[in-house]
Amino acid sequence: MSQSDRIDQRAAVLLDEFAMFDDWVDRYQYVIDLGKELTAMDDAYRTDAFKIQGCQSQVWLQPCEEDGLVYFKADSDAQITKGLIAILLRILNHTPAREVAQSDLSFLDSLELKEHLSPTRKNGLDAMIRQIRLYAAAIEAKAIST
Amino acid sequence: MEQVRKDFPALHQTVNGRPLVYLDNAATAQKPEAVIEAIRSYYLNDNSNVHRGVHTLSQRATDAFEAARVKIAGFIGANSPREVIFTKGTTESINLVAYSFGGSLSAGDEILVSEMEHHSNIVPWQLACERTGAVLRVIPVLNEGELDWEAFLALLSKKTRLVAVTHVSNSLGTINPVREIISEAHQRGIPVLLDGAQALPHSTVNVSELDVDFYCFSSHKMFGPTGFGVLFGRERLLDAMPPYQGGGDMIEIVDFSGTTYNSLPHKFEAGTPHIAGAIGLAAALDYVNYVGFEFIENQEKDLLLYATQRLMSIDGVRIVGEAKQKAAVVSFLIGSSHPYDVGTILDKFGIAVRTGHHCTQPLMKRLGIPGTVRASFSFYNTRSEIDQLETAVRQAASMLQ
Ligand SMILES: Cc1ncc(COP(=O)(O)O)c(C=O)c1O
Repeated sequence: MSQSDRIDQRAAVLLDEFAMFDDWVDRYQYVIDLGKELTAMDDAYRTDAFKIQGCQSQVWLQPCEEDGLVYFKADSDAQITKGLIAILLRILNHTPAREVAQSDLSFLDSLELKEHLSPTRKNGLDAMIRQIRLYAAAIEAKAIST
Repeated sequence: MEQVRKDFPALHQTVNGRPLVYLDNAATAQKPEAVIEAIRSYYLNDNSNVHRGVHTLSQRATDAFEAARVKIAGFIGANSPREVIFTKGTTESINLVAYSFGGSLSAGDEILVSEMEHHSNIVPWQLACERTGAVLRVIPVLNEGELDWEAFLALLSKKTRLVAVTHVSNSLGTINPVREIISEAHQRGIPVLLDGAQALPHSTVNVSELDVDFYCFSSHKMFGPTGFGVLFGRERLLDAMPPYQGGGDMIEIVDFSGTTYNSLPHKFEAGTPHIAGAIGLAAALDYVNYVGFEFIENQEKDLLLYATQRLMSIDGVRIVGEAKQKAAVVSFLIGSSHPYDVGTILDKFGIAVRTGHHCTQPLMKRLGIPGTVRASFSFYNTRSEIDQLETAVRQAASMLQ
């Protein structure tokens, strides 16, 4: 599979799912439900070092690597936030680090969750995306240097 | 009621397709047309720098600016406009006292604050303590959100140099027994600073009757513009305090061999002040007088009772802060849901509430919660808006369970 195809295809599936909802209640309920399915993270990572800064709720992100692919585990004490991370991770997990670092996430605009996309929004997707990219870039750099 | 709401242009808009329900008044209040018009008219007609010009415009601006001071002094019952210092807001008012009055502290002196203070009545004192070696002591808060009175009395000592507490808690709505606090402190010769940010918008405050030494508030919570506020200080205390910042306006004579300072209140007002801010606040006070505190208090009492009752009728909702005396603030939680989730869902209903720690992290720690959802009311809110809040909270409860 070519580079961004992977991400684009996953995003397309997600967009189809969201297209089924015609009001925000159902859309948000789905976000909350996605959060409930998030793979549990290891307790050892539930520390300040793995916390995403600047969020009103607590969000932890645990970077993992397997067979040259990166994936993340995450958790939050806020359910909507947890759902938003679940969406990101569904698209980005199990992907080569470089693709994650450079991924085009403009599909998020179409999810009608745009109030979570503003960089000034505390708990926004913005902070999570930035952190995910940073981890991916670091993993890629490490792979190149070793 | 409808007439009063008409006076506030920003209330009439839709948010997320719903009519705005603005219940974040403790963060900042909406502005009546009269305030917006006063500021506009100042910039349209009189804009000029104050205290410095002989020309007509400067004279007009200075007159309006100083008339605002007289009006504000009258509104809070100060003995003289010299006791009314203009600042950026409550935060700067407290910082001014913490810096200037705080400069006379010595190692081992104690400042007494409470566990329910806004960060702006904690951090300036921590800084003053760092500079001087003074010690910050804290009056504990009981579960219902009231001050622990016995503990307060026990904390007053010969070392106490100032009691600095909030008049009304921004997070819980608790109205503190400030008369009794002042009386106990004064019996021991200790001055008292009150953070009045959340008190002044809700009821009459008379600093002379209270016999308080320092009283701080923000214009923007009082229907006036942002970036402006007041420090009331007892003249005798202000006179003895060194200047806070140096610059224009606050001096008498500047000479490299030594500078002498202007008299009160200008000694504490370095630089070009927020002239439109003073004029806007004066217009806001006129507006509040026109509506009248009798109407304001009755309306808010009704809203507080009704909101408390409606929210308590919802399964899983818990009110945080159940003091006997409360201003129109209701903090609550739904089960173990995060306040952020609740606030996000309420926003979809067009309802503006505040979520989080409300700049009172020590209080949240004491109560063992990450924060609350806070609905704070003003006299322009209605029972029907509280019904909409109830509907939205029920929806949030069902989505987040
Ligand atoms: C009790 C209390 N004190 C102080 C402040 C700080 O006010 P400002 O930010 O206007 O200086 C606030 C406002 O949030 C408050 O509610």
